[in-house]
Amino acid sequence: MNLAFIRSAPPSATPIESSPGYWQSVFSRLRRDPVAWLVGTVILALVLMAILGPHILPGDPFTTSMFKRLKPVGTAGFPLGTDELGRDLLSRLMLGARLSLFMGITPVILAFFIGGSIGIVAGYAGGWVNSLIMRTIDVFYAFPSVLLAVAFSGALGAGVDNALISLTLVFVPQVARIAESVTTQVRNRDYIEAARASGASAFTIIRTQVLGNVLGPIFVFTTGLISVSMILASGLSFLGLGVSPPEPEWGLMLNTLRTAIYTQPLVSALPGAMIFITSISFNILADRMRVAMATRS
Amino acid sequence: MDNQDIGGPAQPLLSARQLVKHFPVKGALGKRDVVRAVDGVDFDVLKGETLGVVGESGCGKSTTARLLMQLIHHDRGELVFDARTVGGHDLPLRAYRRQVQMVFQDSYSSLNPRLTMEQSVGFGPSVHGVGKRESLERARDLLARVGLEPSRFAGRYAHELSGGQRQRVNIARALAVNPRLVILDEAVSALDKSVEAQVLNLLQDLKDSLDLTYVFISHDLHVVRYVSDRILVMYLGEVVEVGPAEALFESAGHPYTQALLTSMPSMDPANRTLVSPLSGDPPSPIAPPSGCRFHTRCPHAEPVCGQRAPRLTPVAAGHLAACLMVEAGAGHSRSPAVALRLQEV
Amino acid sequence: MSEQPMVRVEDLKVRFSRGRQTLSAVNGVNLQVARGEVLTLIGESGSGKSVTLRALMRLHNERSTRIEGRIEIAGQDVMALKGKQLQALRGPVAAMIFQEPLLALDPVYTIGQQIIEGLRRHRPLSHKQARALALEALKQVRIPSPEQRLDAYPHEMSGGMRQRAMIALALSCQPQLLLADEPTTALDATVQIQILILLRELQQALGLSIIFVTHDIGAAVEVADRVAVMYGGRIVEQASLADLLDHPHHPYTQVLLGTRPKDGLRKGERMISIPGAPPDLANLPSGCTFAPRCPRASELCSREVPPTEVVNVGGRHLVSCHHHQAAAREPLRSVGV
Repeated sequence: MNLAFIRSAPPSATPIESSPGYWQSVFSRLRRDPVAWLVGTVILALVLMAILGPHILPGDPFTTSMFKRLKPVGTAGFPLGTDELGRDLLSRLMLGARLSLFMGITPVILAFFIGGSIGIVAGYAGGWVNSLIMRTIDVFYAFPSVLLAVAFSGALGAGVDNALISLTLVFVPQVARIAESVTTQVRNRDYIEAARASGASAFTIIRTQVLGNVLGPIFVFTTGLISVSMILASGLSFLGLGVSPPEPEWGLMLNTLRTAIYTQPLVSALPGAMIFITSISFNILADRMRVAMATRS
Repeated sequence: MDNQDIGGPAQPLLSARQLVKHFPVKGALGKRDVVRAVDGVDFDVLKGETLGVVGESGCGKSTTARLLMQLIHHDRGELVFDARTVGGHDLPLRAYRRQVQMVFQDSYSSLNPRLTMEQSVGFGPSVHGVGKRESLERARDLLARVGLEPSRFAGRYAHELSGGQRQRVNIARALAVNPRLVILDEAVSALDKSVEAQVLNLLQDLKDSLDLTYVFISHDLHVVRYVSDRILVMYLGEVVEVGPAEALFESAGHPYTQALLTSMPSMDPANRTLVSPLSGDPPSPIAPPSGCRFHTRCPHAEPVCGQRAPRLTPVAAGHLAACLMVEAGAGHSRSPAVALRLQEV
Repeated sequence: MSEQPMVRVEDLKVRFSRGRQTLSAVNGVNLQVARGEVLTLIGESGSGKSVTLRALMRLHNERSTRIEGRIEIAGQDVMALKGKQLQALRGPVAAMIFQEPLLALDPVYTIGQQIIEGLRRHRPLSHKQARALALEALKQVRIPSPEQRLDAYPHEMSGGMRQRAMIALALSCQPQLLLADEPTTALDATVQIQILILLRELQQALGLSIIFVTHDIGAAVEVADRVAVMYGGRIVEQASLADLLDHPHHPYTQVLLGTRPKDGLRKGERMISIPGAPPDLANLPSGCTFAPRCPRASELCSREVPPTEVVNVGGRHLVSCHHHQAAAREPLRSVGV
């Protein structure tokens, strides 16, 4: 390549003024968002609880006692009461965070990578490749998530691993759809045409020009799926297709405490409250991220 | 494989031969309409010239630009760059892309919002094997060349620059791979007049110092007259006239060109335009009129014009028009009896 | 006997609040339009020309816009009008046409329905009577096959026809003042000239006052009686069309005219240009807004906003420039950049 002509101007000795990049701006906006801080703290607390798990439990989540069943909130030794088998509810809730969060986050992460790749490829390729991929995706999309999750689980069998696979399969089409939609929009912009005009290969263009523009919206969408995943996982456990007893998992606990709703309504509502708090925190975080990304500086 | 002159000065830099591009359009139930965006376009771009391309909506100039860049592929026809067929054995597409670059109209959407200006400009070289550090250095040099101080602009993002500055970046980006031909597709149309002048002056300076050839597409006839050596006039997917800029403006051969020139608003308050040369809007390229496509709006149309398609005929040296009134023996009452004998220039 | 002007604007200031920033879009505009006169506002992006126009009909969002100054249309104080009075102004007194008809016309109603709705809002008319008037309005703008166009949707028509339909809609209530916001900018050349001629002929036939906003000098030459050049939210020069073209006093006017000289641009000549770009409305420079780019700028220019002065006798030629006498004596030629 003939570089001779460009040496006309002396190389700049002064340092380059640079502006904060896109992700830096997004993070600095999030840092200034009080709501994001609030839900972020809640999520962090939950995650810490999940990680530290067995080491910080105040009581024993597994010891049963028929004498101590369904004690109310505030009982000595059992701050949040006991479940239908006399186990300490607080400890079970804290330990349950592990499985519940795991079941909520893992399928979503897997779906992000799998569905994202499928969608980006379909979106960039266009034409018959796009139609082939997206119409196949549409077939799965046509079924309600719960039904699909149950169907997959039923086919694969019960157990945590199978539940994870089935949930991932439920979310891949949804993520693929959003990925394809965003990629198609970006694909038609002039700067992609300009990149094609420089002779770059499709892979290079996707890597250097497209990803930076589409990962944001896809990521926000998938974060919003975490709450759905948790609830679906709870549903599967509820139906006996996911986690099996005596493992503590919020959805399972919700099932087994169901009958106690008339005698100890507060205690039986607690697992549901945990699901609710976690779901809404992730949803609000996703929404704040979306707002931070949408703002032009 | 450097950008060397192969064919010599007489060889046109780029030849478009009978390019055709149709787009299918989903019509009403069952009916499959076709937009005949470019329908048999034939022209040369000479080395070192600025070829202006003018026409209104639906004329096909933007599609032609994309065909020249091979951003879309032609259905029929051939593209020849300096005596080598584009996409053929001697000139694969990737190599062609280093020789021809394009500057788009919308300066904002032409730049990736996630990349800094130096990253955007340095992308082209990096694709062709230049190392990352060197690409960025080259980008900074080019930014300086187009009048944007690198220390101030290299690290910035598109939304921080004004329209004129962004367009300069786009020009720098186009030059980064050291092309021989630059296609400017309405490159100054979206700029304010006071900024447009800066960019036009810059383009002229770059053309002189870097030995470039330009294809300058615009709807603004004033600007086209100012920058072009020769001008190409398009109507409904066809070339209707081509010739030296001044000759075209002073004695246009095709009635459509004459109408376009008359439609330019008068600059003299004492001599305002009293009658519009044409009525109605330019027709859609989906079902173009038969024969001469302009005959439905032409003040000189006769029945033969709807039956026979005119071919580009010389009206003076280097000046051709596609009109039955200048084509010998074409059947129009004004057709000359004998073809114009021009000396070989 | 001086007749009351159709429009009188005194010291108009328009400021938008965007989050923490305030954009000063219009900074002290004074203008008058007589009955039957066509005034063209010329300027580039950020000059405040469109903002001024919309302020005249109070189209801006009342909550985020602060408007100061006095606006009078047909003798009424526009800023003091409320509710029904404002409605009575929009349509029968003043009407507006926009740059992009596809955006200004409602896509789910036919042209006829939109014109009829406007008519019946302001006058007690039966549907049949209104439809007949709508047909007349379409004929007035010389739309081909007007009966069919009454029942056409905006997207079914070509660009030129849509613009004619929008003009018909604006004129259907027989306003005295027409506000035109770049109505020909988005049109092809051969269509643009048709619309300009149409507007000129309608203006003469109906005795309309028109304020025509554009960035294209050619369009101004075809329709204007008077021209006001705007920059950075102020009018920098105001004169009759002939006066402005022959004797521009403000450096910015000279630059603008230099980009489109009367005899056309000559290949090979350097195009007159100035560095920089239109000002940032959130951070307007003190003093003259054009000073940062003006080849004649002096220290005085960046300190004080130039006063508006009359430069010829009786012809109402006004300039706002500290150095206008020097500028008029030696107009800018090739200031190449």
